[in-house]
Amino acid sequence: MLRQIESIGARGLEVVESIGRSVVFLYQSLVRVPRPRTSLPLLIQQLYSVGVLSLVIIVVAGFFIGMVLALQGYSILVRFGAEQALGQMVALSIVMELGPVVSGLLFAGRAGSALAAEIGLMKATEQLASMEMIGVDPLHQVIAPRFWAGLISLPLLGMIFSAVGIFGGMLVGVDWLGVDSGSFWSNMQSAVDFHRDVLNGVIKSIAFAVVVTWIAVFQGYDCVPTSEGISRATTNTVVYGSLAILGLDFVLTALMFGDL
Amino acid sequence: MSESFQPNQSLVSSANLENARLNLIREDQPRIRDAAAPEPATLNQWIEAEAENYVEIQNLSFQRGSRIIYDDLTMSFPKGKVTAVMGPSGTGKTTLLKLMGGQLQPTSGSIIVAGVDVARASRTELFDVRKRMGMLFQSGALFSDLSVYENVAFPLRAHTELPEDMIRDIVLMKLHSVGLRGARELMPSELSGGMARRVALARAIVLDPEMVMYDEPFTGQDPISMSVLLQLIRLLNDTLELTSIIVSHDVQETLDIADYLYIIADGRVIGQGEPKEVMNSDSALVQQFMLGLPDGPVPFHFPSQNYRDDILEGRH
Repeated sequence: MLRQIESIGARGLEVVESIGRSVVFLYQSLVRVPRPRTSLPLLIQQLYSVGVLSLVIIVVAGFFIGMVLALQGYSILVRFGAEQALGQMVALSIVMELGPVVSGLLFAGRAGSALAAEIGLMKATEQLASMEMIGVDPLHQVIAPRFWAGLISLPLLGMIFSAVGIFGGMLVGVDWLGVDSGSFWSNMQSAVDFHRDVLNGVIKSIAFAVVVTWIAVFQGYDCVPTSEGISRATTNTVVYGSLAILGLDFVLTALMFGDL
Repeated sequence: MSESFQPNQSLVSSANLENARLNLIREDQPRIRDAAAPEPATLNQWIEAEAENYVEIQNLSFQRGSRIIYDDLTMSFPKGKVTAVMGPSGTGKTTLLKLMGGQLQPTSGSIIVAGVDVARASRTELFDVRKRMGMLFQSGALFSDLSVYENVAFPLRAHTELPEDMIRDIVLMKLHSVGLRGARELMPSELSGGMARRVALARAIVLDPEMVMYDEPFTGQDPISMSVLLQLIRLLNDTLELTSIIVSHDVQETLDIADYLYIIADGRVIGQGEPKEVMNSDSALVQQFMLGLPDGPVPFHFPSQNYRDDILEGRH
């Protein structure tokens, strides 16, 4: 009994310690005098591999989610004769909720896991150690550009997701199911408020970007440098990243729209 | 560094003497020296110039979890020599190099590399010291996303502001010295193990370091690349006046190349001296290691309970 309590305590301490380590890690990676000449090319390279390469999955997923949403929404709204409101329904649910959350989840799966695996493998093959011995801090050379790339990419990807989703919804709603194009768009425009809905969605995206990228680079950097350790780091990135997004989404939604 | 001034040089002219007197008064000048020589920037450089040893390890203890890797270890690595550290696998030889590079922190004791105690140095100091040492990792540890050329150019790009054509010259010179100038366009995945290690060696010496550490340089090499490596290490050491530290358990190759040998086991030095002395050591442990005997003070069997009891236990 006592031993069980002890082991729970030890586990708790481990978690707290690891959180502490990750905060120090992030601080050491990001707080430094900026050197645009060396950092910028690294950042651009990472923006490509983290952001641009995630575009396909984001666009395809956004498109289908928009279409499904329009299809489902129409079948419900039409019962009340309210199919004119399809535009606002699709736009609000995508911009406020599905856009940031689903793009965040996809990002954790596509880019987060890749980051963790790449950094973990660099650690296992002593590339990080050799970089340190060359006198270059891997936190600045490897971690920081990846973190900033994630932070910049995800909000942009989230916006692209929302735009494509609304386009998909329009295709199904207007072109296929015959909702009037004018009322689809004008209802959407009158119902969606830029500050309350769009901006809050982007803020959510930024928060998810910080959390997911942070988890990914930390898991990669902190992993046990064996094949098992790397696989655990990738799994952890996706699991913790997804759970963090969903949990954080609730908190943020409550803060943003809770007083309605 | 040490060529630029000599602390023991006698004062030649009265003008210098006068200067030296003035220097004596100032507290930050610990010693009379030739005023014509450039001033050493820090106390560390003084210490370094004084020392004959490039690396001094004093009373070093290190433990990982509850396992003691080193207990009160004292070693020194003379300047300009090839010093080898040998010992059975698992004695923490690589750990020793990581401690010297400041990648691991000792539990107690000091490790003075080029006048800087890397165990207590700040992160900035540590990175400064590291610019003066090169390390050849066992796996080569080339950056897999960069070509051979870019791998060798990496330290130059990181630490110098040299123009591109000069970087190219230096990289080609270093690649030429390891015989791989023609392989500069290849990616690390296209290299054989021996080639990768030679590229890594070129990268380790591209900033003209004062010391190079080799982590198991001979492991897994065919006879040709082995002799190439042996020759390179010796040649580089002598022509660039490096301090070389080799960590290895390949007895023959290490004996061929080392000026001085340390044998470590169980967290302490069990034998040291010039290769011949060590070969003739009367310690049973040293003899077992040098001759590669399967059983001796280092037992063949991992600690376990009585064999008979162990077998019979399964029958109940």
